[in-house]
Formats: sequence, structure tokens, C-alpha cells
Amino acid sequence: MKTDDLITLLATGAGAVDAGAPRRRFTLALGLGGIGTLLLMAALLGVRSDLPRMALEPMFWTKLAYCAALAAAALAVAARLARPGARAAGVASMLAAPLFAMWLLAVFALGGATGSEREALVFGTTWRACAFNIAMLSLPLFAALLWAMQGLAPTRPALAGAAAGLLSGAAAALIYSLHCPELAAPFLGIWYPLGMLMPAAVGAIAGPRLLRW
Amino acid sequence: MHETEARLSKLFEQALAGDAAAYRSFLRDLGAQLRGFLRRRLERLPDEIEDLVQETLLAVHNKRHTYDAGQPLTAWVYAIARYKLVDLLRRRASREALDQPLDNEQEWLAAPETEAAGTRRDLAALLARLPERHRLPIVHMKLEGLSVAETARRTGMSESAVKVGVHRGLKALAAMIREEQ
Repeated sequence: MKTDDLITLLATGAGAVDAGAPRRRFTLALGLGGIGTLLLMAALLGVRSDLPRMALEPMFWTKLAYCAALAAAALAVAARLARPGARAAGVASMLAAPLFAMWLLAVFALGGATGSEREALVFGTTWRACAFNIAMLSLPLFAALLWAMQGLAPTRPALAGAAAGLLSGAAAALIYSLHCPELAAPFLGIWYPLGMLMPAAVGAIAGPRLLRW
Repeated sequence: MHETEARLSKLFEQALAGDAAAYRSFLRDLGAQLRGFLRRRLERLPDEIEDLVQETLLAVHNKRHTYDAGQPLTAWVYAIARYKLVDLLRRRASREALDQPLDNEQEWLAAPETEAAGTRRDLAALLARLPERHRLPIVHMKLEGLSVAETARRTGMSESAVKVGVHRGLKALAAMIREEQ
């Protein structure tokens, strides 16, 4: 087939294109993946019974805001990386703000604590499970977001996979907050990002394979 | 450069709104730009140029919903062309070709070429290998220029199945190109 014939083929009856398609795809992936993650958590870990009491703790809301801010930044990065030619470096720096804010809180908390208290602030009671729980919970979101990416056009597949993984990890951490008992800033500053980085690393490795187009 | 950007983005904007004639002009113009760009990039693989022009045009078509009206069109197209080029070079594991630095977004539109050389791959042959639910809608709508309703009547498919068939068929075509190499 000659190129001119291909052009005629492509143009004939091509119709109008909906510019909102990428947004809808991410919304759908986050919605369905989020429901999957919620169900997974309800089935395997359960929601805290003392949530009403937790809701009175400012640090509980700080934790939610922290996870939500990281998820929002990761979404902005992923949405950029899903479009050819869009620059992602600028929005990627948005990831640093919530992280630094939490680390700052951690430094204050650790500064005012004694040796054994510090250990409790860093390790809490669930440090062994925390990152793995977040990574495990990210799976439904991760699969849904990879699907969203596949339908778009990531030209840097490793980065796009990493961003999809990071977003799934941050959104999973937000949902995990409804189960997790930890409220200390040092704990949240270490183990939560670690849990988010696990799916991000998997995404970086799987991206070039799964996101080809 | 600015002229090309202005001309192409105006045509593409009309195309995205459903203007098939504008879309045809856009693809022809873009095809010439791509040919010039790839001619310079693929000096050692001249046989690959026209195939890659076609593969890139198909990719632009299949991914046109990812264009954001707020971004420069040439940057969007360049990223697609570059992705397809790197993909080809990687597939061929052609190290010396990979060592050549790629042009940047500003330079790549320097010399369009309207003269198309022959292709090695025949898209018509690939098209013939598609399953009927993809092939028939493409043949009727895209090659014969029939409407969705008319295509649906002739094939006995529903109108939405016809639309999906065209869409999925062109994606499947891109996938076949990828896998045959």
C-alpha cells in the first residue's frame, strides 16, 4: 500500500476526536482500581474499628493529606508521561513538597524525644508489614493504571511505568490509612514512601515490556 | 518552523473536530515532514524510511486522542516519530545508528520530502490478515468510503461494532507491524 493510499484510508470517515479521553481513562482506572484496593483491604486487613476516635487526631488528617498530595503529584506526572512531547520534570518536583513537609515534622518529633521514644517513632508497631501491605494493596490500582497507560501514548515507557506504579502506591497508601494504626511522622516519612516505591520499581521494569505501542 | 507549526496545528485542529479533508491535508503534509526527517536519520537504512513514515502516520492516527491542544503540535509529533525511530533502531540493534545524536524539536522539520519511495512492507497484505470483524469495517468505511450505517447494513454488524471494528482494526494493524519486525 502506498503512503498516499494509507493517508486516504486514515482520513476517510475519521470523525471527531474527544479531547477528554485521557482524563476519562485515568479517572476510570483510579475509580475501578481504588474500589479493587478497598475491597482487597477490607477482605485481608479490615478497616479500623476506632476510626471515629482516630478522626479526632490532627495527625490522622495530616497522614491522609500527605498520601493525597503524593497521589495528586504522581497523577500529574503520570498524565504528562502518557502524552508524547509533554514535559514531566516540572510537575515531578511537586512530589518533593509533601515528602519534605513530612520529614520536617519527623525531625521535630525526633528532636523532642529520648532514645527509646525515638525508636517507637521510627518503627511504630507495624514497620515490618507496612511497606509490604501498601505494595500488596497497590496491585488492583497498578493493573488498572497500566491499562490506562496502554491506551495512551507513553514515549518513555520505563518512566511512565514508574509513575503509574508510584501513583498506585500513593493511592493505596491513602486507602491503607484506614487500617494503619501509625501516626508518627518519622514512621510515615520512611515506611509509606518505601511502600510506594515498590510498585514504582516494578513499573519501571515492566514499563518497557508492557507499554509498547 | 513557526510556519510549519501554525499550518499543521490549524489543520490538525480541524481534523480533530471531524474535518476529513483537513485531516488528509494534515497527514500528507506531516508525511512529507516525516520523510525528510527520517531520510536524515536513516542514512544507512534507506529501505526503512517509507515503512517508518507509514508506521508513524498510523501511530499518529491511533494516538491522536493524546494530543493536548495546549501543547505545540510539532513537539507531540516529534516525540511520536522519535519513539518509532528509536524503536526501529533498537529492534535492528543497529548500534552505530543509535550513536548518532537525534535532532531536537526545532531542527527536525528542516526539509520536507514529498517524493515517496517504495515500501518493503505491504500494509494491504497485513490488512488482509485481519479478522473479518476488523477487516470488513475498514474495507467498507475507510477504503470504499461508506457510512457507518451502510457498512453496518452490508456486514450485518451493529453500528457500534462497525466503529469499534475500525478503531481496533487499525490498532491491530499497528501491532502486526510491531511484531513482524
